[in-house]
Amino acid sequence: MNILVLLKQVPDTTEMQIDKETGTLIRTGVPTITNPDDLAGFEMALRIKDEKGAKVTCITMGPPQAKSMLRELYAMGADECILVSDPKFGGADTWATSNTLAAVIRQLDYDLIIAGRQAIDGDTAQVGPQTAEKLGIPQITYVDDILDITDEKIRVKKALENSYEVLECSLPCLITTLSTIATPRYMTVKGISHAFEKDIKVVTFNDIDIDPSIIGLKGSPTKVKKTFTKEAHKNSDVLELDPKTTARKIVETLIDFKFIGK
Amino acid sequence: MNNGMNFDLSEKQALMRKLFREFAEKEVKPLAAEIDEEERFPIENVKKMAEIGMMGIPFESKYGGSDGDNLSYILAVEELSKVCATTGVILSAHTSLCCNPIYTYGTEEQKMKYLVPLAKGEKLGAFGLTEPNAGSDAAMQQTTAIKEGDYYKINGSKIFITNGGYADIYIIFAMTDKQKGTRGISAFIVEKGMEGFSIGKIEKKLGIHGSSTAELIFKDLYVPKENLLGQEGKGFGIAMSTLDGGRIGIAAQAVGIAQGALNETIKYTKERKQFGRPISAFQNTQFVIADLQTKIDAARLLVYRAAYLKDTNQNYTSEAAMAKLFAAEVAMETTTKAVQLHGGYGYTRDYPVERMFRDAKITEIYEGTSEIQRLVISNKLLK
Repeated sequence: MNILVLLKQVPDTTEMQIDKETGTLIRTGVPTITNPDDLAGFEMALRIKDEKGAKVTCITMGPPQAKSMLRELYAMGADECILVSDPKFGGADTWATSNTLAAVIRQLDYDLIIAGRQAIDGDTAQVGPQTAEKLGIPQITYVDDILDITDEKIRVKKALENSYEVLECSLPCLITTLSTIATPRYMTVKGISHAFEKDIKVVTFNDIDIDPSIIGLKGSPTKVKKTFTKEAHKNSDVLELDPKTTARKIVETLIDFKFIGK
Repeated sequence: MNNGMNFDLSEKQALMRKLFREFAEKEVKPLAAEIDEEERFPIENVKKMAEIGMMGIPFESKYGGSDGDNLSYILAVEELSKVCATTGVILSAHTSLCCNPIYTYGTEEQKMKYLVPLAKGEKLGAFGLTEPNAGSDAAMQQTTAIKEGDYYKINGSKIFITNGGYADIYIIFAMTDKQKGTRGISAFIVEKGMEGFSIGKIEKKLGIHGSSTAELIFKDLYVPKENLLGQEGKGFGIAMSTLDGGRIGIAAQAVGIAQGALNETIKYTKERKQFGRPISAFQNTQFVIADLQTKIDAARLLVYRAAYLKDTNQNYTSEAAMAKLFAAEVAMETTTKAVQLHGGYGYTRDYPVERMFRDAKITEIYEGTSEIQRLVISNKLLK
């Protein structure tokens, strides 16, 4: 079985600070991490490999610095790592990104594609589903558990707002995973010892068959008009009431703001 | 390594450190206070370290190891010791004092039989040299090994043996010829469960409470002659060269303890307010912290230099002694001042610096006291 995992190197948003003057993110010197939803999906791929045997190929699109993430994925047990990187791909929105990824994936053999639900830097949750659409394969999003997988089909638990669905799907298909699906394993010392001997295949514009007008910044329909920091509202009310009245007041307020129904 | 001076870790070593730091923070730190309080050997940590290949870092995978280098192993001891000095010394004694002499002096058969399970972490290692009357004067061995047919009959005892109560494989030194002094000492590989070998008193100690420090008792212990490590009469040299390597491990433990205590202190002094200000705003605090980090960095560079020399097959006896001497003193000074900057809270077990202060002292004593390190260093200078 061939499993492709789509991963993104993202700034560690817990370490992120805002430039107070410009209101934009300070990106320099911020440590990068592998996007948590993606890493959990990768762990599921490794578990399938451990239990049933599979070749796990990791694919990321990004600048050359993303190689450091791929070394870590090798140290955790990836069989092959591919970096999709070209200045022509830069500045892509989700639509242009999924066009590019789909063009890369069309050249590969696969039974299952795993992508994280969403990246913590953009929170769009679009790249996985769009990639499946462009490849013309079925997709299941918000997967919280893989219940069974054979060469023909997969059965998963999909998280809904306050319930689950158990879905079965024929392969090949794409699933997007939640970070709660699995705790990623550690790298191993031996894995690190050999991670730097392994080849990272770099795929550039010239390696794929794609219309240049649908990739990169130029091929991105999304235009960022303005970024701004959300301001905190400080006009809170302070009330001093007895417990019974307080409880009633809280419930009324929650209903007013439509946090709960009547 | 490039031709000039290079103070950067390689990408590989930096990734190793990232792994060890993450592992120490997530798995080891949460247990540190508990195993100290309960004086409990953290066997679960050892199993987890084995799973990720930490029990045989600098050995080739054909011997069950992880194909890493000595500096990576040193980084592991340092990162563990930052949060738990006990876990640091368990790894150090296992790797430097048990795996390493088998790797260096063992026959291919001995390596396959003993090093493979040790490096995989399926077995835990220990080293027995010290006796009640042979501490710094290690040549005064009273344990004897008399050859009888295909066996050596060992009688005697060892004390203060790190990992003693939990190890499976021990490197034991004994006199095969009392007339020859240090040239009459030989090294043996002894297994737990061999008839005539038992564990005696478990020490109650000032610090490193989770470490099992035990007495080993040999009463007509018959060890097969295949378990002689190196040649008969060469044991003293094996012990001394093994301790050279071990000292880099203990020096790394000391650097870890010091950095861990300083990290806690920096955090605390930024939060603790007195006279209307965080105490980090006082110049006394600032100067103490600056001095300590400077000394810790100096100690760390000495430790990494010694590990680098070992990795590049150069002589490192004197450099390992300097690293241990200095790092141990820095650990004592740092933890003492860390408690002071914590004030009364630092004297309680509510804050980790109390434990770190107790743990630091042993680094000036075991695997050669600071005085022995000074002898090693000056012997080279004055010869």
